[in-house]
Amino acid sequence: MKGQEYLKNVVTLELNIDKCIGCGMCAVVCPQRVFRIEDYKAVITNKDLCMECGACALNCPIDAIKVQAGVGCAAAVINSFFTGGEPTCDCSDGSSGCC
Amino acid sequence: MTATIKNLTSITHNGLTLPKVIPQLTFADKLGGCKARWAIARMKYTVEPGIYAVGNPTDQSPVLVSANYKLSFDFLRKELTGIDAWIMVIDTNGINVWCAAGKGTFGTAEIVRRIESVELNKIVSHRKIILPQLGGVGVAAHKVKKQSGFMVIYGPVRARDIKAFIDAGNKATPDMRQVHFTLYDRLVLTPVEFTISAKYALFIIAAMFLLSGINKQGYSTQLTLENGFRAVFNVMTAYLGGTVIAPLFLPWLPGTSFSVKGFYVGLLLAAALSLTGYTGTQLETLAWILLVTAITSFTAMNFTGASTYTSLSGVNKEMKRAIPFQLTAAVAGLVIWIITRFI
Ligand code: SF4
Ligand code: SF4
Repeated sequence: MKGQEYLKNVVTLELNIDKCIGCGMCAVVCPQRVFRIEDYKAVITNKDLCMECGACALNCPIDAIKVQAGVGCAAAVINSFFTGGEPTCDCSDGSSGCC
Repeated sequence: MTATIKNLTSITHNGLTLPKVIPQLTFADKLGGCKARWAIARMKYTVEPGIYAVGNPTDQSPVLVSANYKLSFDFLRKELTGIDAWIMVIDTNGINVWCAAGKGTFGTAEIVRRIESVELNKIVSHRKIILPQLGGVGVAAHKVKKQSGFMVIYGPVRARDIKAFIDAGNKATPDMRQVHFTLYDRLVLTPVEFTISAKYALFIIAAMFLLSGINKQGYSTQLTLENGFRAVFNVMTAYLGGTVIAPLFLPWLPGTSFSVKGFYVGLLLAAALSLTGYTGTQLETLAWILLVTAITSFTAMNFTGASTYTSLSGVNKEMKRAIPFQLTAAVAGLVIWIITRFI
């Protein structure tokens, strides 16, 4: 099954193909199957599928990937607007819809 | 509160006494899980961090890492019937893997610390740990390896695939790597959606109920009783529409933004309400169309938090576009509705 797409052309994901050593870690961790490895290099198949979870960037051993990771959650964005902080899912007190 | 695990025994392994759990869940486990989902019991639903044996594990057995949210732990162990394994429970403050990884509590540092504190190097002879794939949001595999010597293997996204993953020699099929957002996934999330903002909905419902009584002559309790229940019913319908109907029919609703999808649900519901006479006069019907669509659109947009494929950039963009409309509709709807009280 193909992943669900959200809005187009908004995602902050960037891959530095020159740095990439083709280890394949990004393709393993990505829950949206955004990456494929071709000829020992990572390739972004469909950027619009990315949900900006940040797993690929965190697990790339040579920092070839940049993505502004965050929770895609309206309630979190609203909270951050009022508190002035980063949008996070405040799951600890169960007061948020995230997760 | 730490939830107690039923049927906990212990085994001796390499000179260490370690707790052992069985894969079968008891009725109490299931009931607790249900309560936690519906946010009935607001306590933390946790298990004690540490190492647990399942089956009769040896030096060679796989080590599976879990969050100390009891639902995560139960989901994992119930898939382990017939498997000999170690479960290493790390301290995520009782939060599930996905959320904890996003916050960094299911992270590199905690894993490295836990490997040391349970003395994993004395328990198994290999140097591998299997993490749920979604843990990758908080864990850097290469850093765990460097700091602890243990190699991180990302397992499947879903616990139910863990057996197939191990049997295949720690290999995941593409499908196991993909987050799905099925009808069932959405179904289990709707009670959460419904209950979390219920207090705001109740407030609106109460306010509308009381406001139903105002008229030219002042305030009439009689009118409150006559019209109030209609108002309550309409708001509740809208709330259900945004928190339950819109999430369930998500893929089939037009539009890519959740707010637009919610808007269509609202239109449909408003039409149904006016056909059944719940919206009153023409002008009042107009008010209700505005109010109902504003509520469904807004609450459906909140479902972005529970969905598994929305990005922060996308949500930001959607909100910037949708909130002015929702707010305008809500205010206009309310003003018109109040005006109709006086004519
Ligand atoms: S994780 Fe980094 S180095 Fe490895 S394939 Fe992906 S981009 Fe390339
Ligand atoms: S940020 Fe997450 S969803 Fe986006 S490409 Fe990386 S791993 Fe995939």
